[in-house]
Amino acid sequence: MYATNYAKATSLEDAVAKLQAAEDGKFLGGGQTLIATMKQRLAAPSDVIDVTKIPELKGITVDADTVTIGAATIHSEVASSKEIAAAIPALSGLAGTIGDPAVRNMGTMGGVLANNDPAADYPAAAMALDAVIHTSKGSYPATEYFTGMFETALDDDEIITKITYQIPLKAAYEKFRNPASRYSLCSVFVAVLKNGEPRVAVTGSGNDGVFRVGAMEEALKSNFAPEAVTGIAVDPETMLADIHGSAEYRAHLVSVLAGRAVAKAG
Amino acid sequence: MSEVKLTVNGREVSRDVEDRTLLVSFLREELGLTGTHVGCDTSQCGACTVHVDGKAVKSCTVFAVQMDGASVTTIEGLASGATLHPMQEAFRNNHGLQCGFCTPGMIMMGVDIVKRHPEGLDDTTIRKELEGNICRCTGYHNIVKAISAAAKEMSTPAMAAE
Repeated sequence: MYATNYAKATSLEDAVAKLQAAEDGKFLGGGQTLIATMKQRLAAPSDVIDVTKIPELKGITVDADTVTIGAATIHSEVASSKEIAAAIPALSGLAGTIGDPAVRNMGTMGGVLANNDPAADYPAAAMALDAVIHTSKGSYPATEYFTGMFETALDDDEIITKITYQIPLKAAYEKFRNPASRYSLCSVFVAVLKNGEPRVAVTGSGNDGVFRVGAMEEALKSNFAPEAVTGIAVDPETMLADIHGSAEYRAHLVSVLAGRAVAKAG
Repeated sequence: MSEVKLTVNGREVSRDVEDRTLLVSFLREELGLTGTHVGCDTSQCGACTVHVDGKAVKSCTVFAVQMDGASVTTIEGLASGATLHPMQEAFRNNHGLQCGFCTPGMIMMGVDIVKRHPEGLDDTTIRKELEGNICRCTGYHNIVKAISAAAKEMSTPAMAAE
């Protein structure tokens, strides 16, 4: 790893000031991606500013219609939260599939969403549960927040503070892992929002990162059943392709997993 | 450089280290606690697992400075004097190792798993919970047996009262 300077931010203002003062600074969440990337010298920030101790980034709040989670909340907290499990079991279940137990004790929800890895899990939940990403500068609906692979609407000096998810009528996450890396090769989050709108969000497969499948959502409106979606194909042209799976293979997985997720949601 | 103050195995330590120093390097090179191993260095294998404030983390993927003020337990801090921790004893009794390289991480993760499952552990759960710890010798069978045996030992009233 190249040399770097570490600083712990005490407030949002402090974090932004420290980043702006740095030559080439980066905000640090739990570091489970950033530190790994720095070790490989794929990233070499002059400064890392730890935002995990900022009070505004803490806490889990559940009300009648929404679950709001502080950006510095670690995955194991989301996975083990009784409040989240009662409101959106698919979300706490998803958190329990991220990385491994030790990674879940460091990695944060804000870090995942800021990085927007095409195989990350939370982006699918954010898209399907009509989430709002709150930041130090304002807020974004999830549909406008994810702008491409590893790309988001965030400015370099903008910090995610909280994420608000709609509590759905029902939801399920179906994760198909690469058997070696355990990352999503393709995963589908299906939800029916309280206004009756079905949502289908796919991660791990899209060459622009997370995406929704409009045709499947339309089909589920009239028939919320696996067979409504398993016959709907996505365009392989929009899929990732690598040694782990071709674009056609991933496109096929989207239909299969959407069907499984619908069945699981019930 | 930054000054890092933390508690390691119950002892307060403080050192000036480069900010990029990983916790595992801090433990091994600054403190001489070489029981914590570096296997893959890419946060996949779990040989570097230690406890930070009672929770398992991969010490190869955290900065020492991030842990300022924390309480860290390494494999060297588990036994009390000459008496092995029940998890260590169970690994010995069940032959839960061959080359032994992954063992410190397996034992630290094993303790973490047992703590998080007070309701008891079946083998399927143990295998699932071990997904971040890789062993290239044993095929995991005796590791699972050891953690299962330790879980029973650790939940007995005599241990709980200690």
